[in-house]
Amino acid sequence: MSLEIIGITVLWLFLFFYIIVGSIDFGAGVFNAHSIINGKQHVLSKVIQRYLSPVWEVTNVFFVFFFVGIIGFFPDSAFLFGSVLLVPASISIILLALRGSYYAFESYGSQGHRGYAFMYGATGILIPASLSVVLTISEGGFVYMDDGQPVLSYELLFTSPLTWAIVVLSIVAVLYISSVFLTWYASKTEDQEATGIMRKYVLIWAVPLIVAAGGIIFELQNHNSAHFDSILNLWWMFALSFVLWAVTLWLIWNKRKYGLAVWLMIGQFAFAFFGYGISHYPYLLYPYLTIYDGFTNEAMAISLIVVFILGMMLLLPSLYLLLRLFLFDPKYVKGKRE
Amino acid sequence: MFIDDPVLMSRLLTLLTLSFHIFYATVGVGLPLMIMLFHWLGIKKDDIHYILMARRLAKGFVVTVAVGVVTGTAIGLQLALLWPNFMQLAGHIIALPLFMEVFAFFFEAIFLGIYLYTWDRFDNQKKHLLLLVPVAIGGAMSAFFITVVNSFMNAPGGFEMINGELANVNPLLAMFTVAMPTKVTHVLATAYMTIAFTLAAIAAFRLMKGSHKAYYKKSLNVMMKVGFVFAIAAAIIGDFSGKYLAEHQPEKLAAAEWHFETDEQAPLILWGILDENNEVKYGIEIPFALSILAHSDPNAEVIGLDQFPEEHHPPLIIHYFFDTMITIGMFMLTLSFVFLVARWRNWTFVDKKWYRWLIVMGAPLSFLGIQAGWWMSEVGRQPWILRGIMTVDEGATTASHVDLVFFFFVLLYLILGVGTIVVLRKMFKDKPVEKELESYAGGDEQ
Ligand code: HDD
Ligand code: HEM
Ligand code: HEM
Repeated sequence: MSLEIIGITVLWLFLFFYIIVGSIDFGAGVFNAHSIINGKQHVLSKVIQRYLSPVWEVTNVFFVFFFVGIIGFFPDSAFLFGSVLLVPASISIILLALRGSYYAFESYGSQGHRGYAFMYGATGILIPASLSVVLTISEGGFVYMDDGQPVLSYELLFTSPLTWAIVVLSIVAVLYISSVFLTWYASKTEDQEATGIMRKYVLIWAVPLIVAAGGIIFELQNHNSAHFDSILNLWWMFALSFVLWAVTLWLIWNKRKYGLAVWLMIGQFAFAFFGYGISHYPYLLYPYLTIYDGFTNEAMAISLIVVFILGMMLLLPSLYLLLRLFLFDPKYVKGKRE
Repeated sequence: MFIDDPVLMSRLLTLLTLSFHIFYATVGVGLPLMIMLFHWLGIKKDDIHYILMARRLAKGFVVTVAVGVVTGTAIGLQLALLWPNFMQLAGHIIALPLFMEVFAFFFEAIFLGIYLYTWDRFDNQKKHLLLLVPVAIGGAMSAFFITVVNSFMNAPGGFEMINGELANVNPLLAMFTVAMPTKVTHVLATAYMTIAFTLAAIAAFRLMKGSHKAYYKKSLNVMMKVGFVFAIAAAIIGDFSGKYLAEHQPEKLAAAEWHFETDEQAPLILWGILDENNEVKYGIEIPFALSILAHSDPNAEVIGLDQFPEEHHPPLIIHYFFDTMITIGMFMLTLSFVFLVARWRNWTFVDKKWYRWLIVMGAPLSFLGIQAGWWMSEVGRQPWILRGIMTVDEGATTASHVDLVFFFFVLLYLILGVGTIVVLRKMFKDKPVEKELESYAGGDEQ
């Protein structure tokens, strides 16, 4: 494997972690806001406090890891994406900051302000939507060069159906991932009511998810046919993803093995996400930047990889400890430990 | 929209974000160490007061860390958004410490999460205390790595430029530049010093309000001691920083000192104003002191601004930033020294109201010292973003709407800043020390 491939694989893997863990977090906020409207508040707020508060910072670091890593491995992407993303990325930062402030000010400080809970829920939809724009831009066609400087055309971006298809998918995916996970988590806490609610959400969002994903592939055909073709070449990955989706849905429909359902759901997204990533190869930004011409020098690449390996040796045991204490400790999960 | 100058607005936004983040970052570096100290004292002396201090501080820490994390994430992205050309170049040479920093964050975040949510899950308190060690190390490492990057910007190294192309990049050498040792240690020492004096200030304030005497007296005494130690360290390392500047960035030192002519036996000028002929008026002149600061020798020659072309002169305003920092450093050093001597000799004037007020002032002053230090260091690097290689104008984005983005970040930081203050106040007001101590005495731990 070349250094370029190692670099992008590591980054893509971390982005995948972020998408899964982040989606659980974002979706929980949305459901929480929704249940406040329905007056069924406490069911989910408890889950948010017990599970999400201790780990949200770690979730955030996955995101930081991705963008710091991509600047390290592919410095030219800092130039291209940095130049064009000023406004969209700033919106994401502000939303992320407002969301983080909820953890800072609300769940520790005073108890529950409704407006704040709504804001927290709303960011759960707006953040994935605003971050997903980066994926859209990377498909090419929205950035042009003006005197050597990349410029983003907002008009093209906001009138393209592809943009909106990706936005819809990102939101639906967040709700789906989150509800599958929370169904399992709620069933572990033996909270029947919450389990029932979350299970219903899974059933609601499962079909829109597949429709939205299909819609994107369809849109790509018009927008970027090279990418579309390489997706077709990888059809088996997407087919596997679809099968995993069907089995997950079947399990949840029949109220069986929620734990297994979570893993299958993760597998489903892994195949789709890596299928998408591999078919995007070798481009970071169509047609200006590939992973080869944007790559850093060899000395830097090797030292980054060495640091990554050392870092993981430190990190994996710590992460394991964290998960064991908060996610898999039966007493804590059921709320018997304060 | 308002000001259509991406370079200027990028500078202002960087100034804003960094100055805001540094408040929280300083807390993130310094506070875990103090919590650890209290927790340890509590276990060692079997004194519930110290344990409670650790516990209460940890609760407040949650709030500042969360804001530190979101503002830090903001800077991390803004660096690429506002300085894309710079990050492209720097990515090739100095990405390593930035990458390492992420692991420090991971480490800190994981163990902080565990520490905060497991107060009563360990039967052995010492084990719980151990969880803080990685938090304190993680915070210090974050500061270490980011300051390494900043040192590189002041004294680039670890690569060669051959015909405008990068060559022979050595990421490790780029990390260990000549600017690094003094910068990193000065930043760490001042962070610890600032947090110690801040906690002392809170204790002094609560004492004046008549809160729990024994509790706050203990806190005050310990923190003044710790603050004094780190204030000495800050001054000594600051002196080394001056020597570093004299050797490797003489234009910054000259601008900070309004030292226009290269001269031997140079005096140090504090404060004052410049008239139209660049003569200093109303300044306090300390003979030989600049030569001593720069070279440890009263007769040594100190390079002045006359050795540099006009366009490479840093802004002269950094003189005031420099003097603010030094004045504050000297003031805090004296204040804590007198306090310690008074305690030792049983003089009681330090328990008088006026002295307590001086201690209370120490908190905002120390934070101002940190800000002033960074402004002097960063503005003093002008016009360079990467000294001698890339100027700020070349590094900045060409995108439009930076002014609009700036405006929204001002709003964001207002919300975050006000929120922090309101929540922290509420948190401690609703649960005063007396109440919490009662719940312990009643054996009703929660
Ligand atoms: C409470 C904060 C504080 C205090 C009391 C001091 N400093 Fe400081 N100083 C800083 C906080 C700071 C800082 C914020 O940490 C800086 C900014 C950049 C850096 O490396 O550290 C800094 C930078 C800095 C520099 C510039 C380094 C550079 O640009 O590369 C010098 C020469 C000094 N300091 C010298 C001193 C001296 C002689 C002090 C005597 C008491 C002193 N500082 C006290
Ligand atoms: C990766 C590391 C860093 C980068 C890329 C960076 C970049 C910059 C740039 C481009 C500016 C604007 C220059 C100017 O307007 O004078 C600036 C200013 C500033 N930086 Fe840094 N910096 C870094 C690290 C730091 C650190 C660690 C601090 C400490 C808090 C800091 C504090 C400041 C301050 C206070 C200013 C405002 C100076 C001004 O008014 O211009 N910087 N920085
Ligand atoms: C260019 C300057 C800087 C950048 C790009 C930066 C970046 C960041 C990022 C991304 C985070 C959030 C990490 C997370 O998600 O957990 C963070 C937090 C933190 N930063 Fe900064 N930072 C800068 C300056 C500084 C400085 C000057 C210091 C210390 C002197 C510092 C110390 C910390 C600490 C201790 C944290 C942990 C959060 C906390 O405890 O408040 N950073 N920083």
